[in-house]
Amino acid sequence: MDAFVLQILNGLDKGGSYALIALGLTLIFGTLGVVNFAHGALFMLGAFCAVTLKKILTISKQVKDENITFFDAYKEVPYLELWWGETGTTIIDFAVPLSILLAIPVMLLVGLAMERGLIRFFYKRTHAEQILVTFGLAIVLQEIVKAFFGANPVPMPPPELLTGSADVGSFLGLGDSVIYPWWRLAYLVFAGIIIAAVFCFLRFTTFGMVVRAGMQDRETVGLLGINIERRFTIVFGIAAVVSGLAGVMYTPIVPPDYHLGMDFLVLSFVVVVVGGMGSLGGAVTAGFLLGILQSFASMNEVKEILPGIDQIIIFLVAVVILLVRPRGLMGRKGVMES
Amino acid sequence: MTNTTNKFKLSRRKLLTSAAAAGAGAAVFSGATPYSFVKGAYAADFRNDPGSQSFVKLGFNVPQTGAYADEGADELRAFQLAVKHLNGEGDGGMLNTLKPSSLKGNGILGKKVEYVTGDTQTKSDAARASAKRMIEKEGVTMFSGGSSSGVAIAVQSLAQEMGIIFMCGLTHSNDTTGKDRRRYGFRHFFNAYQSGAALGPVLKDEMGTERRAYHLTADYTWGWSQEESIKNTTEGLGWETVNTVKTPVGAGDFSQYITPVLNSGADVLILNHYGKDMVNSLTQAVQFGLRDKQVNGKNFEIIVPLFSRLMAQGAGENIKGILGSTNWNWTLQDAGSQAFVKSFGQEYGFPPSQAAHTCYVQTLLYANACEMAGTFYPPEVIKALEDFEFDGMGNGPTLYRGEDHQCFKDVLVVRGNANPSTQFDLLEIVQQVPRSQVEYDASIFGGELGPYEV
Amino acid sequence: MITATPRKDLILMAIFTIAVLTMPIWLAPIGASYPDLLQRFAIFGIFAIGFNILFGLTGYLSFGHAAFLGVGSYTAVWSFKLLSMSVVPAIIFGVITSGLFAVVIGYISLRRSGIYFSILTLAFAQMSYNLAYSVLTPITNGETGLQLALDDPRSLDNLVGVAATEGIPPTNFFGIEMSGYSGFYFCAVLMIIGFYISMRIFRSPFGMMLKAVKSNSNRMSYTGLNMRPYTLTAFVISGMYAGLAGSLMAVTDPLAGAERMQWTASGEVVLMTILGGVGTLIGPVIGAGVIKYFENIFSAINENVLQGIFSFLPEFLQDGVVAVLGLFVGEGWHLTLGLLFMLIVIFLPGGLVEGFSRIIDRIKNRSKNGEADPVGSAKVQPGE
Repeated sequence: MDAFVLQILNGLDKGGSYALIALGLTLIFGTLGVVNFAHGALFMLGAFCAVTLKKILTISKQVKDENITFFDAYKEVPYLELWWGETGTTIIDFAVPLSILLAIPVMLLVGLAMERGLIRFFYKRTHAEQILVTFGLAIVLQEIVKAFFGANPVPMPPPELLTGSADVGSFLGLGDSVIYPWWRLAYLVFAGIIIAAVFCFLRFTTFGMVVRAGMQDRETVGLLGINIERRFTIVFGIAAVVSGLAGVMYTPIVPPDYHLGMDFLVLSFVVVVVGGMGSLGGAVTAGFLLGILQSFASMNEVKEILPGIDQIIIFLVAVVILLVRPRGLMGRKGVMES
Repeated sequence: MTNTTNKFKLSRRKLLTSAAAAGAGAAVFSGATPYSFVKGAYAADFRNDPGSQSFVKLGFNVPQTGAYADEGADELRAFQLAVKHLNGEGDGGMLNTLKPSSLKGNGILGKKVEYVTGDTQTKSDAARASAKRMIEKEGVTMFSGGSSSGVAIAVQSLAQEMGIIFMCGLTHSNDTTGKDRRRYGFRHFFNAYQSGAALGPVLKDEMGTERRAYHLTADYTWGWSQEESIKNTTEGLGWETVNTVKTPVGAGDFSQYITPVLNSGADVLILNHYGKDMVNSLTQAVQFGLRDKQVNGKNFEIIVPLFSRLMAQGAGENIKGILGSTNWNWTLQDAGSQAFVKSFGQEYGFPPSQAAHTCYVQTLLYANACEMAGTFYPPEVIKALEDFEFDGMGNGPTLYRGEDHQCFKDVLVVRGNANPSTQFDLLEIVQQVPRSQVEYDASIFGGELGPYEV
Repeated sequence: MITATPRKDLILMAIFTIAVLTMPIWLAPIGASYPDLLQRFAIFGIFAIGFNILFGLTGYLSFGHAAFLGVGSYTAVWSFKLLSMSVVPAIIFGVITSGLFAVVIGYISLRRSGIYFSILTLAFAQMSYNLAYSVLTPITNGETGLQLALDDPRSLDNLVGVAATEGIPPTNFFGIEMSGYSGFYFCAVLMIIGFYISMRIFRSPFGMMLKAVKSNSNRMSYTGLNMRPYTLTAFVISGMYAGLAGSLMAVTDPLAGAERMQWTASGEVVLMTILGGVGTLIGPVIGAGVIKYFENIFSAINENVLQGIFSFLPEFLQDGVVAVLGLFVGEGWHLTLGLLFMLIVIFLPGGLVEGFSRIIDRIKNRSKNGEADPVGSAKVQPGE
């Protein structure tokens, strides 16, 4: 029973991250119709917003270790701590959550620049060309990050307050062996908030209504005298922010490196397609579904019956769903088909 | 393209090849210098004989892209330093401490050392492609490098086919000098078996004999090889193995594998992961509060059998207090290590990693063997390396065992430093385990080296 | 759109054949003339030609073709291990096995079109890769890759009494060892044959049918035609090309690793085809060559080499130039490749082939208004 509850939690947590990553992609891919292979790179850039802020906050006074003569080795004391003592330490400690404030404007700018500078010329081009250009862009972004931060993962601990584990078991009345890290619970809540925010934005604002209309029928909306182009640019910016924030919050779970984006690229496409093209709800549902199934497939009991199942479960589910439901879970007819 | 360095050994097979090649495309050779059979010091000619050239080329094949790019970059620095020292530039580094040494600091056999580089991408195919370029196009007499056992084994068998010596870089699987050993491949780095043997007594001292271990193992050859070695060691101590779970390579998030540990009754978690997998699984295991747990009245412990400083950097705070083993660490105080750290540090401004150390040493050992043999002719160089006993390279008296081409030397058991004095001081040496304790019989893994002449 | 005539095709074929067979000469000045890279050019040329038969003609974008490459390799190595070091059974079995895989995967995946098809093929390939890497290790030897061993049975060889050698015997084609230049010429001849077959397919009624699927599959189905057999045939043919390429990889270098099936390998052939020019005959071959050239030559240029090249400059200039260029070569070769992708697709939407035909057009226009396009259609129709 405990194991079961824990895997549900794992599944929700994984699902939260998959849904969040897929959410940004589905806005770009499912609604604007651009096969964006640079989506993983946006996720990675978000993560490196956090790394950058941490680096800035921990600019340090370097005290040379005189015992080492062959090269310069330093004991580093961040200036923030020198100047503000405890307060400084606390600020550094909260580097990851604070990065959200940095990531929002940065990712918005990145998104807008990307759309205006490159993507908008590719709305009418073939998917093959979209793939080539966005893949090229992804490599370039990735190499730039590598040039600045190296190839090694960068450790990004969560704030002290959110380290350690919550005693979920006692809360649910299951005994104390069901514990779950605070940060992962925080991630789940965060994912819920972002997903809800994006939904509300598209559902309850005029802007969202126009965008949804544009997704259905771009030409008619344009004929009504609405500048749909402008709105699509903003959607792209929002998608970049969502992906970036997913990246920021993920850093304490997986220490980021420049290759992080590529690792998530295939997965995010699978989630979006399984959810169904053009459906935000589908992407979120598929994210949680795949997360939970993956967690259960990894249980030892399951692996004993089906060895290797945890390696392929996501793809297996994708195949089955696409065969049973031709347009994924909630896909609309006519999106990305011909 | 030059064919001047591309000479073929006279044998039935090779003659067939060259005849076929010449027949199929006589034009190929017409533009270039015709290849000829020059008599060398030994009656037989061999591939990429530097002959009367004034230089000799070595190939350094390291991961420059992908997850191990930083490790590869460090290996490359070490190679460049080794070339400098061999050519008599710089302060000479370990040239001054190697005993017995035939190195003169004037290149190898009087020829200036040049080098070419390549990217393995940590993929067998790419690594072999890159190695073939070095051999076929650049005419190297030896190549080295790499950061994974899969690549090392793939490239080593290529070395055997092509008759060019490969001095392994970082590779830790038992298979490299075990069932996949090759006559033309040499490994200075230690292996999973030695990790287990070195860790055993320390684990006994620190954690006692009544422990219940849970393994998370990267699901590929190296992972299994290490799991088996460590399991044998710990079960020898009287520990119980609760479970061994395979995890997909590059899983990223290991939470679904970590939560079952919580309820398994285990009080030790052994992570048979390397690189990014290890950084992730360790970070997440600590996040799940495993280290704060008390099980069976004991503190829960995590062990990472193979450590490196670069990985420790990636795992940050989480590495503190974690036990593991390593081939070499820059804080060692012997003359050889000091000399190497000094010249590396002065050249690049930071200390070398264990990958850099093993690559540097391998290059020097190859050069030394050529000097000993008095020729670049591979079979003679191989014979000079086999059963070569030396000292002054950082791990105490060392033997390059002829039966399997594995080095036997002291192994370090280390712990993540709880209070690092500097940014590089990440690992603290718990014990320098003497060579006698990590020796084993060459026959336990099977495998066959193959012929000297190819 | 095309003015392909049998005569023009014949000329194209002749030029192609000569160009391929003389590669060792004209590639020498750019440092690409050594056996291994030449072999790779030919092998990945075959892979891309085959991929283009599916993608270029039908518009179905498979993201899982690497699976067939891997299957071909594994089968060939097993044939070397169990049967004979002769490459003939290895290639035959490699092509057949990957063809069978293609039938199964194609039959299922082609039930969907567009992006759904792409994801289905991707899923199959990733499953193959993940399993080959882990639980299928007894068959694939996992991460280390399947290798030959001295004590392999090689039953056919033993049957006909091939003398045992001290080391592992080399792969051979009726006694000709398949490494070095002979290996290249073997692959090159197969690529020329493959190219010819692909050309015949492009010009055949079957090819026209496939193009019709691409331009408007709805209209095709309204005419009462069931398109699936046609697309499946194209899928299987291109899967067999991939299997051929895979077994040739094993022929020239008897080793098979799981990473050949990874999505990045599938992606690579997609990029090769698009880079060269989708739906053109020659484009994929050029694309394959460019990418392999970057992977093997650009990645090998290090600071030392750059210093050598620019040693004629004054020292301060030399250091500057080397520092800047150093970002794009050696460990930065990915950056150059990424930039190349972007520049090509931004300025030459039809891939490299369109670039060439534009140049040719410009030259022709200068003399008179010509419209010939010697390498087939450079116009890429929208395909998903």
